[in-house]
Amino acid sequence: MITDPRALRLERLPGQPGAGPEEALVLHFPSDVGYADSAVDLLARHCYPDADPGRQALFRLRVALAEAVANAIQCGNGADPSKFVHVQAELFHDRIRLAVTDEGPGFDPTAVPDPRDPDLLESPCGRGLFIIRHLAEHVEFNEKGNTIWMTLLRW
Amino acid sequence: MGLTTTTHGDVTVLRVDGQLTVGNRQELKATVQAGLDAGGRKFLLDCSATGYIDSSGLGALVTIAKRVREAGGQIRLCGLNDDLRSLFELTKLDTLFAIFPGADEALQGY
Repeated sequence: MITDPRALRLERLPGQPGAGPEEALVLHFPSDVGYADSAVDLLARHCYPDADPGRQALFRLRVALAEAVANAIQCGNGADPSKFVHVQAELFHDRIRLAVTDEGPGFDPTAVPDPRDPDLLESPCGRGLFIIRHLAEHVEFNEKGNTIWMTLLRW
Repeated sequence: MGLTTTTHGDVTVLRVDGQLTVGNRQELKATVQAGLDAGGRKFLLDCSATGYIDSSGLGALVTIAKRVREAGGQIRLCGLNDDLRSLFELTKLDTLFAIFPGADEALQGY
């Protein structure tokens, strides 16, 4: 549930000539799980303004984005509503490059254990990054570990 | 998420419309807990209208399954689309749940 819809701010940035994105979208919202679904819905709609990408592409985008946003809210920002989550989506003709940034101290993505480990199978958390790595063509982090970049096939 | 609860005999059927995510998983957990408190021990989660489940939703399902099992009950899943099914297989959660194609198969002999 959105506590304040005005807090979801979507900006459109112009495309870049040459090999740059056709368009870029930027979204900022407070670290409250109540914003997560609305943020994902809003971005998914704007990533495909004129065409239905099909179920699989939409599933990849929604789940990867939902995972990264949930991690940013809960792990990165510690669910502190005074901190914001920043999402940037670069739209290319064949792919979408997403960046999700939190305002936390960052983390070491190489230290995240495999959630399929029998000892972790019944854990309620720890699957997000694993799922992202499966859905995205490419995943990278900034040095601090508070921004994840995900490249997804657009169609 | 729209969550609809119905009963078939002694089975509580929970239908999740839309998505099961970090934003709404608590509603599902609370509904199952209320079912357990009311004496229910058989649950069926119908995902035939569920578009996607994120890892928070998967985590909620793991927690729910554990609570139901500890109370001496069972939980079954049905109606997973191909994407959701692959998510369960990817995370090996298909080994924790009894998964059926549809509600009819899941309710048979439950």
